[in-house]
Amino acid sequence: MDNKVLTVSGLNSYYNVKTDKWGIGTARRQVLKDVSFEIGRGEIVGLVGESGCGKSTLAKCILGMVKDHDGRIEHGSTKMIFQDPYGSLNPAKTVGWILEEPLRIKKELKDPERNKKVSEMIHLVGLDDGFLVRKPGELSGGQRQRICIALALMMEPDLIIADEPVSALDVTVQDQILKLLLKLNRELNIAFLFISHDLKVVYSVCERVMVMKDGMIVEQGSDEQIYRAPEHPYTRQLLAAVIDDPVRDGS
Amino acid sequence: MLDVIDLNIEFHDHITPETVVYDFDLHLEKGEIVGIVGESGSGKSMSALAIAGLLSRKHMKKRGQIIFDGVDLLTCSRGVLRKYQGNDICMVFQEPMTSLNPVKRIGWQVGESLRIHTSLTEEQIREKVIKTLADVELDDPEGIYDKYPHELSGGMRQRVMIAAAIICEPKILIADEPTTALDVTVQAQILKLLKRINKTRGTAILFISHDLGVVRSLCERVLVMYRGRIVESGSTGEVFEHPREEYTKRLISAIPKMEKLKDGQ
Ligand SMILES: Nc1ncnc2c1ncn2[C@@H]1O[C@H](COP(=O)(O)OP(=O)(O)OP(=O)(O)O)[C@@H](O)[C@H]1O
Ligand SMILES: Nc1ncnc2c1ncn2[C@@H]1O[C@H](COP(=O)(O)OP(=O)(O)OP(=O)(O)O)[C@@H](O)[C@H]1O
Ligand SMILES: [Mg+2]
Ligand SMILES: [Mg+2]
Repeated sequence: MDNKVLTVSGLNSYYNVKTDKWGIGTARRQVLKDVSFEIGRGEIVGLVGESGCGKSTLAKCILGMVKDHDGRIEHGSTKMIFQDPYGSLNPAKTVGWILEEPLRIKKELKDPERNKKVSEMIHLVGLDDGFLVRKPGELSGGQRQRICIALALMMEPDLIIADEPVSALDVTVQDQILKLLLKLNRELNIAFLFISHDLKVVYSVCERVMVMKDGMIVEQGSDEQIYRAPEHPYTRQLLAAVIDDPVRDGS
Repeated sequence: MLDVIDLNIEFHDHITPETVVYDFDLHLEKGEIVGIVGESGSGKSMSALAIAGLLSRKHMKKRGQIIFDGVDLLTCSRGVLRKYQGNDICMVFQEPMTSLNPVKRIGWQVGESLRIHTSLTEEQIREKVIKTLADVELDDPEGIYDKYPHELSGGMRQRVMIAAAIICEPKILIADEPTTALDVTVQAQILKLLKRINKTRGTAILFISHDLGVVRSLCERVLVMYRGRIVESGSTGEVFEHPREEYTKRLISAIPKMEKLKDGQ
């Protein structure tokens, strides 16, 4: 585990699903099938795949939120930016309190330093101190998403799993957030598992890309490899939708 | 069909009142598709919620008029509002998890508006729900019928929301970022579905999105919002070819291209 922040090997995961509408009969449905990959320190890896293929499930397995799984998962300090920001922020607390929480737990910093750090972070995600006194319910969708990003960054973990982190953001803010992630990646060597359905976004930040279909990783390689010479039909289908772009013209 | 005149929305949660929407004007005809684009926090969702009659929080003031069918939705009684809400005017919410009921099955939730506004039998409702779930490109609609929201993926939940909104064939569909969690292939199918509903039923659509490509392909007209105001509006082609406002220009130039991002080192 020295230069790896995440090792996943032979991972299978299952959900119990009801087989009748009274909820008496249940069956074990497999979602992830023999998933294996590694992420090195400071690496940015993209995960793409169609809706429902198991991307969020993989993220939840890594964080120990899916009980029924087998295989091996090893990781260092890891934080997650959830796909559904609303559910992951405490609605009763203010944004300032929420962002300060990890620092309070760490107990390294004194009050004024903590406040300074919280304020710095909120500016980095394109918001200002005025938002610190608000509760999550008083924010717009994109503002909430940025609070989640700020929260994950606050902890400076080895790895951040970002599940559709910029999907609700307009292009100007999206650009700013992606640049911020790259900056923190460079300065603090934070690795990212970047889940997105947007191939352009993935290409713009990731060095390596994995393609998932029906719970299996059907293709993985360097971004250039995948984007220029996709092997799997699903990858080709995804790329066909953005075919007007220069990378694919093979220059 | 719908006229929004000088809509202002103000919050009084904190010491200083905060206006989040100023002088919002919109005229929507039957069968029209109008896009709203704009910065995060510019007031798109608030305007949409107000039009859908779903904004009635404490500590908030609304001014202006929202006239539908000759009735002002801002001042009419709750009973009248309920007649339109979820029937003539339906909304797809930005965050599916907050608007789906976690303890009710999907099938029940999608069919709810039919139960309230029509006299169909349970059997007919079930049939229609399953057909609509298939319409939004969900595989295995029968299986999904009996599931709970947390058992679906993000993109599946988003499509369930769309199904719940279109099932009662509204006159106006307000869709707030309805395809953010969908990959391009599914997204293309959903957009086709919206176009088809618009053509065959004459449903007017108010489509909020940060994806300018999608807005361009779907909408005839577009409004650009910035800091609570509509700063530019016009035909989609016109606004995108010849943006007048600084913000619109920035928005268009920031459309992601297939290229590596530099972090401005
Ligand atoms: N708690 C659960 N119980 C039962 N089934 C579940 C549960 N969570 C997810 N599933 C199912 O597992 C499959 C994978 O879901 P997952 O959320 O991992 O998809 P995803 O790749 O993240 O999709 P999206 O892009 O739409 O977010 C889906 O078919 C979903 O219905
Ligand atoms: N209860 C509240 N009190 C004060 N301000 C609020 C409250 N709820 C929302 N706001 C503010 O209203 C503004 C408009 O929010 P709205 O949700 O309409 O934005 P939006 O254009 O939909 O943005 P996004 O693209 O991020 O979803 C935001 O700046 C938000 O912070
Ligand atoms: Mg997901
Ligand atoms: Mg919004």
